[in-house]
Amino acid sequence: MDILSAYNLSKFYSKNKGLFNKQSINLRAVNNININLKSKESLGIVGESGCGKSTLAKMLAGLVTPSSGEVKIEEKDINNYKKHELPNHIQYMFQDPISSLNPRKTIYQSLAAPLKYLRKLDEKEIEKEIKTIIKEVNLKEEFLNRFPHEFSGGQAQRIGIARVLLSKAKIIILDEPVSALDVSIQSQILNLLNDLQKKFELSYIVISHDLAVIEAICDRVMVMYFGDIVEKSDAKELFQKPYHPYTNLLLKSVPKINQKMEIKNLFETELPDPINPPKGCSFYTRCENKTEKCKDSNPTETINDNRKYKCFFPNI
Amino acid sequence: MNYFIQRLLSAIPVLLGITIIVFFIISLIPGDPATAILGSYATPENVKLLNEQLGLDKGLIQRYFIWLGNLVQGDLGRSFALNRPVLDEILERFNATLILSGTAFILCSVVGVLIGTISAFKQYTITDKIITFTVLTGISLPSFFLGMMMILLFAVNLQWLPVSGMYAIYGGGDFLDLIHHLIMPAIALALVATGVVARITRNSVLEILRQDYIRTARAKGVREGNVLFKHVLRIAIVTILPILGLQAGFVLSGSVFIEIVFQWPGVGRMLVDAILKRDILLVQGGVMFVAACYVLFNIAVDLLQRYLDPRIK
Amino acid sequence: MINFLKLISRNKLALFGGILLVIIFVVSFLSPLLPLKDPDVIKTSDRFLLPFSEGYLLGTDHLGRDLLSRLLWGTRLSLLVGISAALISATIGSILGTIAGFYGNKTDNVIMRIIDVLMAFPYILLALAIVAVLGPGLFNAMIAVALVNIPFFARNIRGVTVTIANKEFIDAARLSGMSNFKIIIYEIFPNILPVIVVTISTTVGWMILETAGLSFLGLGSQPPQADLGSMLGEGRSSLIVNPHTSYVPGAMIFLIVIGVNLFGDGIRDALDPRLSKGELVKPQPVTQIKLNKNVKNNSNSFLSVQNLTTAFEFDNKLHLASKDVSFDIKKGECLGLIGESGSGKSVTALSVTCLVASPPGVIVDGSVKFQGDDILKMNYEQIRELRGNKISYIFQDPLSTLHPLIKIGKQLEEAFIEHNHQKNKEATFKGKELLKLVQIPNIENVWNSYPHELSGGMRQRISIAMALTNDPELIIADEPTTALDVTVQAQILLLLDTLRKERGLSVLFISHDFGVVSQICDRVIVMYGGQIVEEGKTENIMSKPRHPYTSQLMKCVPHIGFGKRELPTISGSPPSITYKKEIGCSFSSRCLIKKDNCLNEDIKIVQKGDSEVRCLYPHE
Repeated sequence: MDILSAYNLSKFYSKNKGLFNKQSINLRAVNNININLKSKESLGIVGESGCGKSTLAKMLAGLVTPSSGEVKIEEKDINNYKKHELPNHIQYMFQDPISSLNPRKTIYQSLAAPLKYLRKLDEKEIEKEIKTIIKEVNLKEEFLNRFPHEFSGGQAQRIGIARVLLSKAKIIILDEPVSALDVSIQSQILNLLNDLQKKFELSYIVISHDLAVIEAICDRVMVMYFGDIVEKSDAKELFQKPYHPYTNLLLKSVPKINQKMEIKNLFETELPDPINPPKGCSFYTRCENKTEKCKDSNPTETINDNRKYKCFFPNI
Repeated sequence: MNYFIQRLLSAIPVLLGITIIVFFIISLIPGDPATAILGSYATPENVKLLNEQLGLDKGLIQRYFIWLGNLVQGDLGRSFALNRPVLDEILERFNATLILSGTAFILCSVVGVLIGTISAFKQYTITDKIITFTVLTGISLPSFFLGMMMILLFAVNLQWLPVSGMYAIYGGGDFLDLIHHLIMPAIALALVATGVVARITRNSVLEILRQDYIRTARAKGVREGNVLFKHVLRIAIVTILPILGLQAGFVLSGSVFIEIVFQWPGVGRMLVDAILKRDILLVQGGVMFVAACYVLFNIAVDLLQRYLDPRIK
Repeated sequence: MINFLKLISRNKLALFGGILLVIIFVVSFLSPLLPLKDPDVIKTSDRFLLPFSEGYLLGTDHLGRDLLSRLLWGTRLSLLVGISAALISATIGSILGTIAGFYGNKTDNVIMRIIDVLMAFPYILLALAIVAVLGPGLFNAMIAVALVNIPFFARNIRGVTVTIANKEFIDAARLSGMSNFKIIIYEIFPNILPVIVVTISTTVGWMILETAGLSFLGLGSQPPQADLGSMLGEGRSSLIVNPHTSYVPGAMIFLIVIGVNLFGDGIRDALDPRLSKGELVKPQPVTQIKLNKNVKNNSNSFLSVQNLTTAFEFDNKLHLASKDVSFDIKKGECLGLIGESGSGKSVTALSVTCLVASPPGVIVDGSVKFQGDDILKMNYEQIRELRGNKISYIFQDPLSTLHPLIKIGKQLEEAFIEHNHQKNKEATFKGKELLKLVQIPNIENVWNSYPHELSGGMRQRISIAMALTNDPELIIADEPTTALDVTVQAQILLLLDTLRKERGLSVLFISHDFGVVSQICDRVIVMYGGQIVEEGKTENIMSKPRHPYTSQLMKCVPHIGFGKRELPTISGSPPSITYKKEIGCSFSSRCLIKKDNCLNEDIKIVQKGDSEVRCLYPHE
C-alpha cells in the first residue's frame, strides 16, 4: 500500500497579460506528474533549479494548491482532511534552517506550537516531549531558551528536524536538507535523518539538486527536468546506469576528486521557455542522442525491467 | 508605448475613485448651499427655487452622475461666491500654484539628492555633520512658521525681498519681478521636502555602496568618481524616484500654508477660502483638479522609473 | 528592552532629543498644577507686552493673555492631539496593512486600491475635505490628520507583512496546526511591531505639524482654546509689529518636533539591524592597512603572499579572519584555496588587492608582492591601476555582482576605457571579441541586454569575459561556480580551464568543493579557522591528504557511487571568527587523532612527504 500517491499533478501559474487583456499567460511549473511513496521508503527527487521540484513538494504537503490532479495520503484525498489534520500526516522541512524559525520566538516556543495546536497536549506533556526530542536530535537542553540567530546552520537544521518529528507525522518532505550547510556538517545531518527514519518508521521525500546527497539517503529516485519526471528507478540502478540522456549528463557533470570530467563543450544549458513549452522533448536542444523525431513528438513513459523513462533513444 | 497607454488607462479607476470620494465627502458638508447663497433671511420659496436651479432637489446618486457627466465635458459648474465658472477660476489660480510648487519641487529634488549624496560620500566628516544638522533642523520646522520668520528677516528687517504677493502692485509684472517674489515662498516650501529627500538619498547611497556590484566596479579598477556617477547614482535615483513622487504631494500640500502666509494667489488659498465660505462647487472642482494633476504627475514618475529601471516588468 | 535603552542612550543626539521631550512633556502636563495665570483671561490693558515684562515671562498676546500660560496649555493640547492622531492611524493602518499583506489576492487588491485612491490626494486636500465635513474644531482636526495618515501606515506595514508572510517559518507555523488568526497574532505581529514603532516614531512629528497646520488655518482649535498652531495663526496678524507672539509658539513647535525627530531616529537606529551590522557605513575603496610589523618578503615569485593577516574590527576589537597566510603563485599556475565558511579563504582572496570592505576590514600584517612590488605599500591610485588590469576578479553570484541597470556591453567596455584612456570604439571591438571568446551566441543581442535578462550561466560567462578585458596576468576567482547548476558548472569549469591554459594565466581559485578544485587546480591550499593547514600538489593532496582535517573532510563529503549508507562524519562545527586569541591547533576539538600537546603552542607548518602541513601528527 502506498502511504502517499499523486495522480496527474500539474501546476500552472497564470498571469493576466494586462488590465484590459483577459487573455492570460500560463507559466508551466509542474506538468502531469504521478508519484507513489511506500511506507518507510525514501524517495529522492533530483533536478536543477527551475525544474519544479519545490513546487511539486509543496503541492504534496498541501502548501500549494495544484492546478489539476489529486494527492492522496493513506488512500484519502488531502482535500478531505480537515485543515489541522493534514499536518499530523505529512510535514515539510525547509531548505533554509534559520529562516524556518521565527526570529522573535525561543526554540522552546517554536517547538511547542505543533504539540499545542496539532496534538493538543497540556503544558506538562509539552515540556516532557520537547525534552525528549531535543536529545533525539543531539542538542542540549539549555538551547531551548535561546533565539534562532544564536544557532549555526547545522544546529538550526536539527531544531527543524525536531519540530517536524513532534508532529508525529509519518511522511516528511525534506527540501534540500543540507544545501545550506557547511560540507563538514552535511554528513552529520544526513546520518541523523537515516537513523531517525529507522527509529520512527518514517517515509521521506527528499528534494535536492545534489546527486550525492540523494544517493546517500534514498531508496528510489525520480529525475525531474522542466516540470516533468524524465526517469524513475531504484537508486542503485539509476546511479550505476542512467538510461535517460539528461540523467547521464547530470551524473557526468558532477566534479569528482582526482578524476577529470568527460564533458563536451556544449553551449546550450538553457531550459525551454515555460510560457511556450516545446512540442517535442523538452531536453531536445541539449541532448546527445536527439533525432528529428524528438523535436516533433514528446516521448511518453516507457517501462523496461523496473526502469521507467521518457525517451525515444535511451542509453541502454 | 504599449505600457504608456496601459498605464494611462489604469489611472481611470483611480480617477473614478477620486471623483466618488470628492463628490460624496463634499456632499456631506453640513448646511444648505441655497441658504448660504441667499443669506439667512431667504424665504423658503426662494430656497426651493434655487435648489432646483442648482439641481439639489435630485437624489445623491443622480446628482453624482450629472456632476460626473459635466466633469468629463470640462464643466465644473459655477462658483456662487465668485459668480464665475469654477474651471476658469481654478485655471487662473493653478498657474500660480504650479509656479510655486514646481519651483519648490525642482529645488527639493536637485538640492536634496545633491546634498544627500555629498553627505554619504563624506560620511562622518564635518561636511556630513553640517548637512545632517541642517537637514534635521529643516524637517523639524513648520513651513508656515519658517515663512513668517523669513518675512520678518528678509522683507521687514533687511528689506531685500517683498513681503508677499506674486507681482509688485505698481510697475511689476515681468519675469524678474516674479522671481523676486518667488524666492522666499519657494525656499520655505522646499525646505522640509529637501530635508526628507536628502536623508533618504544619504541612506540609500550608503546602502548601495555596500552592494556586490560596487565591489565589482572597484575590482575592475573604476575610478571613485566614476563609481559614484556611473554606478551608485544610477541606482540611487531609481530608489529615490518614488520618494520624489510622494514629496510632490507634500509640496502641493505645503503650498496651501505658504500661499496663505505669502498671500500667493494660488489654488490652496482659494480652497481654504472656499471651505470657510461653503462654496461647494468650487471646493469640489478644486480638490478634483489638484488630485487629478497629482495622479497624472505620479504616472509620469512611474513611467520615468520604468524607463530608468529595466528590471520592472 | 534594557539593551534597547542602552543602544538609544549611546546615541548622544537621541538622548538629547529624549531629554528635551521629557522636559516638555513633564512641564506641559503639569501646567494645570503650576502657578500660572489663566490662559484665557483677557486683559486689554496689557496687550502685546514683550517677553520678560513684569509678571509676564513671555509677554502677552493681542488680547493681553499671558503667553507663557497659553504656551504650556497649548503645548499640552498639541502633544495630546498629535500623539493621539499617530496612535489612531497607526492602529487602523497597521491592521489594514497586515490583513492585506497576509491574505493577499482579492483582499489585498480591494484594500490596496482604496489606499491608492486615498494616496492620490495630496494629504492636505483630504484633511481639508474631512474638516469641511466635520466642521472646524480640534477634535475634528485630529480625526482628519489620523485618517489622512492611515494609507501611509497601511502601505508600509503591508510591504513588511508580505515579506514576512512569505518566510518559511510562516509555512512551518501552518504545518504546526496554527490557524491564520493565530499566525497573525503570534508569528507576524511580533515581527512587524518594530516597524510599527519606527514608523510611529518617525511620523509623530509630522502629525504634530499637520494638526498645528490645520489650527493655523483656523480649522483646528477654536478660540478661546488655543493649541500651538492657532497661537501661531493669531500671531501672524501682528507679525510685523509684535513678532514675539509668533516666534514663541513657533519655537515651541520646533523644539517638540526636533525632539521627536532626534528621539525617533534613535529608536530607528536601535531597531534597524542594518546599522548594528555596520551596513550603513561607507566602505572605503581600499581596505584599511595598519601593519604591525614589517614583513620581509624576498620572494621573486610572480605573486607572493607572506604572513597576510586580515581582521574585522567590531567594538574596537580585532576579529582575525585570516592569520599568517603565506603562499606563492607561479606564472601560469592555478592555485586552489579550499575551505568551509569562515575559513578565511574569501578574505584572503579579497585582501590581495585590498578589496575587503573597510570598515570593518583591516589588514593588520603581511606583504603581498606582485611582480616584485608590495601591493600593501602602494597608494590608492597604484592599486586601482592594478585592479581589473593586471589582476582581475570573478565573483560568486553573477546576478548580484553585475550592475543591474547597466547594459552588458557598457559593463564590458568599462575596464578597458578606465585603464587604456581609449575611445569607446576600440573598447566595443575588444568587448565583442571577448564575448566570442567565452562562446556567447547572439553577441549583438547580449551586448544590449541587462543582466537580469540572461541566465546564470550566461552571466558568469560575461563575468569571465569582463575579467579578461585587459589581458590580466592573474585572475582571482572567488567560488565562481557555486551559484550555478551542476551541468552549467561543468561548462564554466571547462571554459575557465581552456582559457587559462591558452593564455598562460595565473589563477587563484577559491572553492569549498574538492571535486571542483580537482578539475582545474595544479596546487591546493586547505584553510581552516583562518589558517593554512595543508598545501601541496592537487593529486597529492587528493590521494594522500596529510592533515587530519583534510582527510576527515574528504571522507565525510558525500560522493557519488557508494549507494545508501552511513557516512563518516566530523563532529562539532567549524570555529567562528573571534577576537579571542587561541593557542594551538584550531581543529583539535574535532580531530580524531589529537593528543594532549596539540593545544600547548601554535603549530608551525612542516614539510611532510610532498606536502606541507600544520599538524604535529600528520598522516604518513
